[in-house]
Amino acid sequence: MTATTTTQTPLANEPSPARRLLLTPTAGPLAALVLACVFFSFSTDQFLSGGNFSLIIQQVMVVGTLAIGQTLIILTAGIDLSNGAVMAFGGIVMAKLAVDSGLPPLLAITAGLAVCAGFGLINGLLVTRISLPPFIVTLGMLNVVFALTHIYSQDQTVTGLPAPLTFLGQTFSIGDTAVTYGSVLMIGLFLFFAYLLSQTAWGRHVYALGNSPEVARLTGIRTARLTVGVYTLAGLVYGMAALLLVSRTGVGDPQAGQTDNLDSITAVVLGGTSLFGGRGLVIGSLIGALIVGVFRNGLQLMGVPSIYQTLITGILVILAVTVDQLSRRRTR
Amino acid sequence: MSPRLRTIGVLAASVAFAATTLTGCGGSGESASTGASTSAAVKVGLITKTETNPFFVKMKEGAESAAKQYGAELLTAAGKFDGDNAGQITAIENMVAAGVKGILITPSDSKAIVPAIQKARSAGVLVIALDSPTEPQEATDALFATDNFKAGELIGRYAKAAMAGKPAKIATLDLAPGVAVGQLRHDGFLKGFGVAEGDPSIVCSQDTGGDQAKGQTAMENCLQKAPDINVVYTINEPAALGAYTALKAKGREKEVLIVSVDGGCTGTKAVQSGQIAATSQQYPLKMAESGVKAVVDYAKGGAKTSGYTDTGVTLITDKPATGVEAKDTAFGLANCWG
Repeated sequence: MTATTTTQTPLANEPSPARRLLLTPTAGPLAALVLACVFFSFSTDQFLSGGNFSLIIQQVMVVGTLAIGQTLIILTAGIDLSNGAVMAFGGIVMAKLAVDSGLPPLLAITAGLAVCAGFGLINGLLVTRISLPPFIVTLGMLNVVFALTHIYSQDQTVTGLPAPLTFLGQTFSIGDTAVTYGSVLMIGLFLFFAYLLSQTAWGRHVYALGNSPEVARLTGIRTARLTVGVYTLAGLVYGMAALLLVSRTGVGDPQAGQTDNLDSITAVVLGGTSLFGGRGLVIGSLIGALIVGVFRNGLQLMGVPSIYQTLITGILVILAVTVDQLSRRRTR
Repeated sequence: MSPRLRTIGVLAASVAFAATTLTGCGGSGESASTGASTSAAVKVGLITKTETNPFFVKMKEGAESAAKQYGAELLTAAGKFDGDNAGQITAIENMVAAGVKGILITPSDSKAIVPAIQKARSAGVLVIALDSPTEPQEATDALFATDNFKAGELIGRYAKAAMAGKPAKIATLDLAPGVAVGQLRHDGFLKGFGVAEGDPSIVCSQDTGGDQAKGQTAMENCLQKAPDINVVYTINEPAALGAYTALKAKGREKEVLIVSVDGGCTGTKAVQSGQIAATSQQYPLKMAESGVKAVVDYAKGGAKTSGYTDTGVTLITDKPATGVEAKDTAFGLANCWG
């Protein structure tokens, strides 16, 4: 810590690292998460334990992973309403190909990932080539994919999955805490995309595109290609969420993910990312997802009916968006 | 103060606010279900399909009053929508973490929930399915439910008797493909009426999801297809009322016999006013009460309850048909739910 501050003599007006942390849009959500944890630790005996935290992470791994793709798209000032449906379809494809068609499990998983990336590609092409608003494109795609899921699965839950499809739902032990492999994958994905967005030219282009497509284009960024890339990559991430979903539930479920589109947007917004694009951190979405997970778990341990969790989440979302709007007005 | 620092302040304040609100709610919620926060109270979990359906609201009431009676603490949770399997899995995990002795669950997806139930059971938790079975049924320790086949059969026999030999043109307004409850009621109705699946007298079959608006749409479409329908089987009373609205628009509501299943208070009133001819009433309150009692008995060292317990079904009508046992709507309204 000291080494970095002394070697990089900061410019006079550049904030110190500690202060810079406080200035990120993620600081507020992080404070909220910590406060919620403190509150529940004092309210119920069972909350503060490694096993319970591991459980919470496991419970948010699907929506958390969806939120990564959602963050990418929201950073470009888009939105994706179809991600839960795309994930459900990807999960059914993996489960049915492996069980009913007898494909090798790894091939079935690859096919599921490819299908999800394919839907992302279609979304991206519709948004760029025909200049349709992302809201409308993905609303339409939500219905298309929902229907395809039910047609392809014939509304039957697929059971008896081979081991590779459920591997990510298995656990390993750190001390006496059981940790799900899927949780590790989700956290790994967050770190990977945090790196991609903050340390690569591609990442900076995504922010530039979200801030102003026109300026981005004039600086030589191929915005249409970038947008298609973002939607396709997001689709691939939804495919990974599908694998996590299948391994978590142990079945291919055609009913899955019906509210996960809004849940992933909730996580992104709670994480401090602006719906207007160009501002926010992907790690914030992990924090947003965890806030929802911590409230759900903590309230359940306290014996509070789950409808209050919905109430609190709603209040927090409105507050988060209000804060974003107010701080935008100030910086303008 | 910078905008970001202000952000932190606002969010911190909001969490504090949320926390205070909750302690308020939590306090009243607990006093409703436990009376006192005795540390030794047995914890019982109730997981319903949704939070808002009156059927499950009544079920929760039954569980709450039973919890009070036996000095147990009730934890409740629900899926976000009918079919939300992941939400129910999360609820099971959190309840096991909270240290419940038993979980009562109305499974949204009878197959997909099974692995999560197995995990809870291997952690020593007694799991009882309420209202609808898992697949396989043995995945839970016990099942407390309406005999849905019998519920369908009762209204089938009633409809057959009420038609008194007139040629029938039947519409069935069903639940959704692949859902056991809907299939059982449908099959029971056909058996009671004495027709086989695919019989030419069944002129229209549509899924409604048990929803009133969808029931109306389905009936409108059926009437387009076959305007002379005279018997309508409905999966539940909201679907029946939707069908009634569609028939009334065509001026045919007096000539068509609508039968249904559920016995909710709105539905039973519709039987009283003659919109629905007869309904098979079921008893969610009793399912929940028996469930809570079974968990408390188990926690106090008793044996695990097992197998299937029929919580009963009664045919409710004010126009009894000969040879079919039924109770009137006065009885129905005294025992209805919702």
